[in-house]
Amino acid sequence: MSDDAHGGGIAANADARRAILGRVRAALGVRAGDAACTGDPARDKAARAGDPARDKAARAGDPAREKAAREKVAQDYVAAHAQGPRPAMPEDLVARFAHRVHDMSSTLERIASRDEIPHAVARYIDGLDLPDALAEQRSRLGVCWPDFADLDWDVAGLAIETRPTQGHDRLGITGVFCAIAETGTLVFTSGAATPTASAILPDTHVAVVRESQVVSGMEEAFARVRARHATWPRAINFMSGPSRTGDIEQTIVLGAHGPFRVHVLLLPG
Amino acid sequence: MHFKARAHERLNDAQLQRNLARIQGKFVQKRREALTELDDVDATRDAGRDIRQRALDNLDVWLEMFERNAAARGATVLWAETPADINRLVLEIAFRHGVKSIIKSKSMVSEESALDHAIEAAGLTVVETDLGEYILQINGYEPPSHIIGPALHKSKEEVSELFARQHGTPRKDDIAALCLEARGVLRRHYLAADMGISGGNFFVAETGSVVLVTNEGNATLATTLPKVHVAISGIEKVVPTLEDVATLMRLLPRSATGQSISNYVDVLSGTKGEGEFHGAEHMYFIVVDSGRTEVLASEVREALRCIRCGACMNHCPVYQNVGGHSYGWVYPGPIGAILTPMYVGLDKARDLPSASTLCNQCGVVCPVRIPLPDLQRKLREKAFERRLGTPGERFALKAWSWLARRPALYGLAARVGVRVLRIMGGRRRMIHRLPFGHGWTDGRDMPAPRGRTFRELHRQRAREARATQPVPPR
Repeated sequence: MSDDAHGGGIAANADARRAILGRVRAALGVRAGDAACTGDPARDKAARAGDPARDKAARAGDPAREKAAREKVAQDYVAAHAQGPRPAMPEDLVARFAHRVHDMSSTLERIASRDEIPHAVARYIDGLDLPDALAEQRSRLGVCWPDFADLDWDVAGLAIETRPTQGHDRLGITGVFCAIAETGTLVFTSGAATPTASAILPDTHVAVVRESQVVSGMEEAFARVRARHATWPRAINFMSGPSRTGDIEQTIVLGAHGPFRVHVLLLPG
Repeated sequence: MHFKARAHERLNDAQLQRNLARIQGKFVQKRREALTELDDVDATRDAGRDIRQRALDNLDVWLEMFERNAAARGATVLWAETPADINRLVLEIAFRHGVKSIIKSKSMVSEESALDHAIEAAGLTVVETDLGEYILQINGYEPPSHIIGPALHKSKEEVSELFARQHGTPRKDDIAALCLEARGVLRRHYLAADMGISGGNFFVAETGSVVLVTNEGNATLATTLPKVHVAISGIEKVVPTLEDVATLMRLLPRSATGQSISNYVDVLSGTKGEGEFHGAEHMYFIVVDSGRTEVLASEVREALRCIRCGACMNHCPVYQNVGGHSYGWVYPGPIGAILTPMYVGLDKARDLPSASTLCNQCGVVCPVRIPLPDLQRKLREKAFERRLGTPGERFALKAWSWLARRPALYGLAARVGVRVLRIMGGRRRMIHRLPFGHGWTDGRDMPAPRGRTFRELHRQRAREARATQPVPPR
């Protein structure tokens, strides 16, 4: 990537960076650890003066070593990936997930095999009880992820195209990266075959989840991203139920910007 | 105008008082219920406090780590010292990429710099997408009154009136219809915009990511569709790891709106990958100082742990009665009473640290255990030292301090005072007017003391206890 792409052209930002980090260090009573870090002798001296009571032993030492020690502590903390206290989860994570999906104002149907997806989607659309203002959302046109391109949508009376939505589709059918039992959350990672927009732009979102994709909490979702993505994804999106707002008189309304409704099809295996 | 004068106006605003009464208590009850889902609330709050404090204690190291990892994923980290820097950087980015139309998900930091005005002054269009912020924007940029629900001070009738006027549509009387109308307007802007601006709930050092939390999904849309994404937040918002994010996400939505989880949580890192259809081609972080380093160096540095849940204001008896606008700047409620004097100057907000009864409701509910009343007390002392109060206040404080250091005299004065107030209360035991204290009685009646002073009661109970307890064996 060119230097330009890293903001090299934005006016004099290195100065602001130096100044802010210098003030942070002065406030913490620590030293830059590298004269080149601030580049301003007067400011360096001020930073070194710091808070005399803070750490006498460290002050006696070499600033570079002192900084390296602080960085080591930070790196060790990151490497440990220590978790905070967590609520206990039941053994049956899938049951917990199914239960929490309903709590988040989504719906869920268990189906036995992948071939049943088109009929299950059609059944769901037909069964929607929509007010007049939203009647046009009972549409059999939509988009799906490439994973589902081979399914026989026509037989179920659906017209589903395999492409990312451009924002005018009524129905979006997606898989998930994984799903979280603790909160009934669907997790998506961005990629060529997993266009996230198909989950957030259409009026109706149907997500296909396999039981093996259900993990306990957000921590396991992150661990799975670390394990399964060779390059870190641009976006990890956690979605728990339809798009909602309470901004007028704290009255909850679904379909604020994204989907009005989310339906999960749960598959074994 | 200072807090006292603004609060006085709001207390006499009948429409606002009706609107405030309608929403009172909802968040409080839902928070209490949602926290019961955690097996150990106190330990989780301790962990939340430790995560935020760990970040602040080594802030320079975490910021450098964040910057390195963000750059490695193709994002650019820019640093803003002042509010003016934020606006300049955003416009430079917009011009560089030929941006004409901008959509924005909620960013409190950009309220600090009045970014929308700067964008419009430069001839570009900007549309707020959080429904509450959108309502305020089309009402001539009315200031937000709450950090989670910026337009909660408005009734649905007021919103309905506003939409009819600004959208040129027939008046709608139901809230779902109003939301649907806003959705239609905003959807066009999402699809047309070439730049998205977001705030940042957290910056993650480990991965160089920004975490965005919404219920509406507006941040997800604003950062997925346009080709440029700019995330703006304060330097203090960095956290070390994704595990830390997971812990904080057990606290933030529960403390804010009483939800187990917010509907949309996005962890965004860098630019779009090979073959991706949507996603930012250019990603910028603007990390903002604008007074944060001064807070870090001050005696109220714990305020920087704040994760902007709003629980302190939801639980504050003062906020509940005067509303967010009385606080005069971006952050209302107890946390605002600390941040505003620090960011805009104690002399410009000298009565804000006093906008509290120090009842500690805010301290009790804070998910990261910021000792809010202690910090307010420290700022009060500072204001007194810097002689910022009125001569009357200074005289009253000095008189009280003279009396309080003379226990016998203080006890006598209290005994006389309590009896005088009791007589003033009359048969209904309510005081309608207090000489030199009309601030207490203008908006409400003060209950008259019923019995004797604390010290009298204490002495009496000690006597009774001695009389009833058996003599201990030798």
